Amino acid sequence: MIRFANTQLWVDDQDEALDFYTKKLGMEVRADVTLPEVGDFRWLTVGPADQPDVAIVLMAIPGPPLMDADTVAQLRELMAKGFAGTVFLTTEDCQASYEDLKRRGVEFTEAPEERPYGIDSGFRDPSGNSFRLTQVRELATN
Amino acid sequence: MAFAPPARHLLRARDLADARYFEPLGVDDLARAAGLSRAHFSREFRQAFGESPHAYLLTRRLERAASLLRGTDRSVADICLSVGLQSIGSFTTSFTRTFGRSPTAHRAAFPPAANQARVPTCMLRARGRPQHRTFREDSGPPRT
Repeated sequence: MIRFANTQLWVDDQDEALDFYTKKLGMEVRADVTLPEVGDFRWLTVGPADQPDVAIVLMAIPGPPLMDADTVAQLRELMAKGFAGTVFLTTEDCQASYEDLKRRGVEFTEAPEERPYGIDSGFRDPSGNSFRLTQVRELATN
Repeated sequence: MAFAPPARHLLRARDLADARYFEPLGVDDLARAAGLSRAHFSREFRQAFGESPHAYLLTRRLERAASLLRGTDRSVADICLSVGLQSIGSFTTSFTRTFGRSPTAHRAAFPPAANQARVPTCMLRARGRPQHRTFREDSGPPRT
């Protein structure tokens, strides 16, 4: 059976990203290895403590020969504008999580707001990747 | 018999240990989070969770250290500091006592962390290219 495992985000700086995802978002490091034989490629993954099956791969933006300078610039621009990708997170208490994360220095683009599906908020990681943090409402059944 | 969940303040202290173990946190900090004196807190914590707060916090740190030993190539010293412990000597002693082998031996008992790295093939191909010496046909003027 085919199942979801990891997703990948581009980051400007893997050390900065690691600090953000672990110290601020409270995720844990799954893997962190540097491979000298592949140009010091660093495989770095993080994930929530109680979801051991899934992880986010924090991948450094490569340079040549894999990605030319123009492509790197385009990618950086997309990231800075918040268009490189969105990760959807849930929480049991959006307001409490919002206050906790703000205290730790997370930049929120949207404070918690009531929506039909629950209470939703938005923030960015240091590279500009977008995150939704949602307290999902249980839909009433008839 | 009805199950009475641990009092909220004790849970808050335990959550703090789970969330911020990597900081220089001690039992005094946990007791403060629970709003109790250290002695009172230790007694109530052990009654609620079956182990002392010191043991709980240390075990959390050692569990995380074991995971980092398996999944990363960081040094033992670096991992010790990463989980909020200051003394590498006592970290090694506690780890060995808990896991039955030293941090280094624990790491060696598993495949290298590098085996987990799922390097995308395009990256392997681009970055793994050997630096070739100039092929004969590329150098110098054509032979007459």
